[in-house]
Amino acid sequence: MDARREGEATPMKNRTTVERKSDRELVVTRTFNGPARIVFEAWTKPELFKQWWVPKSMGMFLRSCEMDVRVGGRYRLVFGHDASNSDEFFGRYIEVIPHSRLVWTNEEGGHDGPVTTVTFEEKGGKTLLVMHELYPSKEALDAAGTGAAEAMGETFEQLDELLATLGVGQS
Amino acid sequence: MVQYLRTHLDASFAALSDATRRGVLEQLGRADASITELAEKFHMTLTGMKKHVGVLEQAGLVTTEKVGRVRTCKLGPRRLEEEAAWIESYRQLWDLRFDELDKVIEELKRKEKVDGRKKRG
Repeated sequence: MDARREGEATPMKNRTTVERKSDRELVVTRTFNGPARIVFEAWTKPELFKQWWVPKSMGMFLRSCEMDVRVGGRYRLVFGHDASNSDEFFGRYIEVIPHSRLVWTNEEGGHDGPVTTVTFEEKGGKTLLVMHELYPSKEALDAAGTGAAEAMGETFEQLDELLATLGVGQS
Repeated sequence: MVQYLRTHLDASFAALSDATRRGVLEQLGRADASITELAEKFHMTLTGMKKHVGVLEQAGLVTTEKVGRVRTCKLGPRRLEEEAAWIESYRQLWDLRFDELDKVIEELKRKEKVDGRKKRG
């Protein structure tokens, strides 16, 4: 009966964890089956980065991706199918240590954006990746979470409407 | 992050494009049910129903809980705390990305091996 059993045929998948470490910090971790230099390469070369940052199932389209990976260098990601309907994400790299550490700012949201630190720690041919997002204040992280919760709320409102049309009473 | 999640959830909402899955939600809106009960109700195999429930679960529309030998399904995760819910969505987003990153890494490892052989040869 355990649904997990169906996954046994596929190779073991490493687990992604997300934890709110403090009022201002969010931490994402994941292990990758490859050396740090390769994982680092996939985070710093636009042609590789584009292949994984926007999974097809997200239904998003990455229109352009510029990355000047050096201290003080800028990056800019543009999503959307055309200029009238696009989202931009941009900022600056403030630390670049090849194969071990990347730190960048997220400036699209003004001063409330977090500083993102990604560390790559190699052990026995595998790499532990830790992505740490430090927000300027508790309020900024709460707001990001509330925004996300609101986006989810909208989705559930759509679901409620759908269920209503299907004739399901709200309990 | 908000924009990413919104789009991710839109994609998740596509889970509802299937008539059986809508039926399952309708059913769970009335009462919680086990996978076996749902399979019987919709005249499907257990494996087929598990897949549908899996899609709904991934989209956050259904949660399941195993008690003893029975896996019970219920509508979710509106019952989760708001923060737990958005953190779980954020986790799913990164999980999707990292699955793709796994593929990129495998490809780079494969290329490195081939190049290494070329150099030695």
